[in-house]
Amino acid sequence: MTWRARNHPSYWAFALHRVSGLLLAAFLPFHFWALSTAITGAARLDAFLDWTRQPLVISAETGLVILLAAHLTGGLRLLALEFLAWPNWQKSAVGLSAGISLAVGLLFLLNAL
Amino acid sequence: MTARAEASLWIVQRATAVVLALAVLVHLATIVYAVRTGLSAVSVLARTQGNPWWLGFYLVFVLAAALHAGVGLRTIIREMTPWRGPSLDIAAVCASLFLLVAGWRAAIGLFA
Amino acid sequence: MSEAIEVAVWRGGAAGSLRSYSVPEQESQTVLDVVTYIQRHLDPSLSYRFACRVGMCGSCAMTVNGVARWTCRTHVRKVVRRGRIELRPLANLPVIKDLVTDMTAFFEKWTRAKGAFVPAATVPADFAMVPPESRERQAASAGIECIGCGVCYASCDVVAWNPDYLGPAALNRAWTLVNDERDAGNRERLAAVAGDAGCHACHSHRSCAERCPKSIDPTGSIAGLKRATAWALLRGEL
Repeated sequence: MTWRARNHPSYWAFALHRVSGLLLAAFLPFHFWALSTAITGAARLDAFLDWTRQPLVISAETGLVILLAAHLTGGLRLLALEFLAWPNWQKSAVGLSAGISLAVGLLFLLNAL
Repeated sequence: MTARAEASLWIVQRATAVVLALAVLVHLATIVYAVRTGLSAVSVLARTQGNPWWLGFYLVFVLAAALHAGVGLRTIIREMTPWRGPSLDIAAVCASLFLLVAGWRAAIGLFA
Repeated sequence: MSEAIEVAVWRGGAAGSLRSYSVPEQESQTVLDVVTYIQRHLDPSLSYRFACRVGMCGSCAMTVNGVARWTCRTHVRKVVRRGRIELRPLANLPVIKDLVTDMTAFFEKWTRAKGAFVPAATVPADFAMVPPESRERQAASAGIECIGCGVCYASCDVVAWNPDYLGPAALNRAWTLVNDERDAGNRERLAAVAGDAGCHACHSHRSCAERCPKSIDPTGSIAGLKRATAWALLRGEL
């Protein structure tokens, strides 16, 4: 089996869902660690928040938002596929439009700062 | 894994997915709000500390995420590497527990 | 037609190599025509399967330019790339020789998935009155046209990654029987299709549905099995 056999939308959706899930799972421990700096007091959390204002970090955050949106909408698509038995094109449309709108909306909001 | 065990994991993964879908939307909305109204430790902690509703929300959120990530990681490793069997199951449980403890610790630190 | 197509064909068993043949291009030519030409005019030692050659039996399924297809229903013009076609046996199955695979495992999994009708213990008094528009009958009818060609099985990544995975065809068949109200074997069947070698291993890649020449949706059938096994578990029947 070659990439040609895998070259269709549902497979891309699977690949995106799996990759985004893995990256989000890898990110979570850092996220929890960063937040737990709040336990040791406001000063440490402030120092961390200052660090997050760097452009590289903001880009990474944007990437994470996109990954989250992709994983969420891909997951909603899977739930529809497994529970609602919709015809295929509807499912793809749902995932695509919801994912794009969510990511775009969030990017706009986050960048409006 | 037995048929019953796999079916149970499937239910857990879908149920936590639904919980996470709702929780993530709420979480993103609140984070966007917090970021727009100014992000500093003092302002964040002033909003979060001592709030039982938010604490409860995040405890549930973290629990769902820990379970979902554990089941997901087990599936991926099982499928794409030679590792399988009880040792992988135990490792997956450990991963879930690790996320649970780390997440609850952070939630309690911020909201308790 | 003066053009010639370069056809690379797998020769050998599990170990082997691609051998090239030059086949004259015709006006309306299927890949099966090409294989037949090679065997009849160029190399009689080539082994391949076909039967009806009109898209009814599924015997001619093989891998054409990396994708599982029925060669009798694949026009050369649709798949030829820069004057070249590559032919290999169906993926995910042991190769007997050249383009012929051993389909034993494929049908064994059909049995393991309890893909056979189980009659009721007592002979019913009358014919079963099955409304054709009922949800269950429509679900069964959507999947019963499967002729066991193996294209879905060859297209499935989970089959490639998990040798025990029952596969889309066997699970699709099980789903049609789950929806058959005359069948009495559902308890054992649901137990057979659940598990990490069964329906729960499917990640909805939908390559099976994408490639099925009969437009069956095994992914949808497997989703049905996921729901059915979940309900059975919650009711204590799994």
